[in-house]
Amino acid sequence: MPTDAPPLPSLAGRTQSARSAEELPPVKVDVERVNFYYGTKRALQDISVQLRSNLVSAFIGPSGCGKSTFLRTLNRMNDLIPGTRLEGTIRVDGVDIYNPSLDVVGLRRRIGMVFQKSNPFPKSIFENVAYGVRLNGLTSSRAELHARVEESLRAAAIWDEVKDRLHESAMSLSGGQQQRLCIARALAVRPKVLLMDEPASALDPIATQRIEELIYELKKTYTIVIVTHNMQQAARVSDYTAFFWMGQLIEYDRTDKIFTAPSQKLTEDYVTGRFG
Amino acid sequence: MERVVRHFQEELGTLQSRLLEMGGLAEDRVRRSVQALEDRDPDAIEQVLKGDEPINELHIEIDNRCFRLLALHQPMAADLRAIVAAVKINTDLERVGDLSINIAEAATRYTLHPPVKKLIDIPRMGEIAQAMLRDALDAYVRRDTALAQAVLTADDELDALKTQVFRELLTYMLQDPSTIEPALDLILISRHLERIGDHATNIAEDVIFMVSARDVRHHASGTSLDRSDD
Repeated sequence: MPTDAPPLPSLAGRTQSARSAEELPPVKVDVERVNFYYGTKRALQDISVQLRSNLVSAFIGPSGCGKSTFLRTLNRMNDLIPGTRLEGTIRVDGVDIYNPSLDVVGLRRRIGMVFQKSNPFPKSIFENVAYGVRLNGLTSSRAELHARVEESLRAAAIWDEVKDRLHESAMSLSGGQQQRLCIARALAVRPKVLLMDEPASALDPIATQRIEELIYELKKTYTIVIVTHNMQQAARVSDYTAFFWMGQLIEYDRTDKIFTAPSQKLTEDYVTGRFG
Repeated sequence: MERVVRHFQEELGTLQSRLLEMGGLAEDRVRRSVQALEDRDPDAIEQVLKGDEPINELHIEIDNRCFRLLALHQPMAADLRAIVAAVKINTDLERVGDLSINIAEAATRYTLHPPVKKLIDIPRMGEIAQAMLRDALDAYVRRDTALAQAVLTADDELDALKTQVFRELLTYMLQDPSTIEPALDLILISRHLERIGDHATNIAEDVIFMVSARDVRHHASGTSLDRSDD
C-alpha cells in the first residue's frame, strides 16, 4: 500500500506546478507497519503512512473500516480501552509515541483531540478554555492566562460571539458554538497536531461550514487529521485523503487525486457511491 | 482569523479572473490577426501564428480549476451554474484563439497576391467581433444580462457583413479569375470572424444562463431550468 505523500496539488495554477518533492512540508506523523487489535480481532492491518506538517489529512471509509481506531492510535486514546494492543511504530516529530517511558498526558497535550459530540465542561466559557492551561501550569500570571484564553477563542473563530459573556455557562451555547469552544479548549494548550473525530457530524450545514472554514484557517498553524463519514466534507477541507476499508489503508493521496482519479478500484467504487 | 471567509468563494474569484485574462488574450489575438492582414505585415502575422501558447496553457489551467472545484466543493445553484458556464466559456475562448491563427494563415496566403480591393468590411467585422467578445466578458464579470442580450443582437450585424463580403468578392472573382485565390482567402477570413462572433454569442448565452438560469440557446426563448421537465 502507498506510504509517502506524493507532491502537493498542482491544479491551483501553473504557479504551483513547479513545487517539487523537496518542497513538501516535513513529516509530522510517521506511521510504520501498524497493526491494532481489540482482543484477538485485528482492527488495523499493516498501516504505513506519513502525515505532513500544516496539511489537513482526512480519513474516509465505510463504518467499521478502522478510520477512527487509527485516529485514536495517534494520541494513544486506545490505551484507555482494555484488551487492546498495538504493533508497529508511530513517531511524532521523530519521537516514538509508544515508547513505554513516554509521558502519555504530555503526548495528549501535544496531540489534541476534538470529538464528534461537543463535550464542554459544565463550567463557564472562560473556565472551559482556561482549564487545561491551568492544569498544565502553562501560564504564570492571570493576565497571561486571560491572553491565552482570548487567543484560543479567536483562533477557534468564536471570540466575537462570546467575548461579552465569558463567565456564562458553556452549556448556554449552541451546538456549533460548543464545538468551536471545544476546539478553542484543545488549542489553548498549544498542541502540534489536532485530531478531529467527526467534528461536524452533529451540526447543521451553517455550523458545519464554519467548522470547515476554521479547519482551513487552523492548518496554517497546526497539522490536522480529520475523520469524517462525509466524503464531501473530506473533499472540501483536506489536502490529502486516506481511504480505509476493512482495517486496511487502501489509498492515500492528494485529495483532488482521490476524488477525480483515484488509482485503486476500491477507492473509485467508494467515492462514486457504488458501495459503503 | 476571526472573520469566516469562504475560501471556496475566493477560488471562484480566482477562476473568474483567470477566465478574464484568457478573454483578454483571445480578444487581443483577434485584433492582431486582422491588423496584420490590413497592414500586410509578415512579422505581425508570424507573431499571431506563434503566439497561441499562453491561451492553450490557460485553457488547460482553467479546465483543471473547474474540474477541481466541481469535484471538491460540490457547488450548487448559482455557484454550479458559474462553474459550468466557465467550462463552456473557456472552450469558446480557446476556439477564438484558434480562429485567430486560421485568420493569420489565410493572411499569409493572401499577402502573396496583390490586394483584391481595399479592405473595409473585414476590418469592420474584426471590430464587431472584438466588441462582442469584450461585451460578453464584461457581461460575465458584471452579471449583466442586458449587455449579454446586446451581444446576441450584434451577431446579426456580423452575419449580414459576412454575406455582404461574399457577394462583393463574388463579383470580383467573376470579373477577374486571377483574384479567385486571394478572394477565397478573404471569404475564409470573413467566415472565421463570423465564427468568432458565434463564440461570443455562446459566451453571452452562458452568461444569461449563469445569471438567471434561463436557457436562451437555439431560440429556446428563455426556458427555465424548472420547466425543463415539461
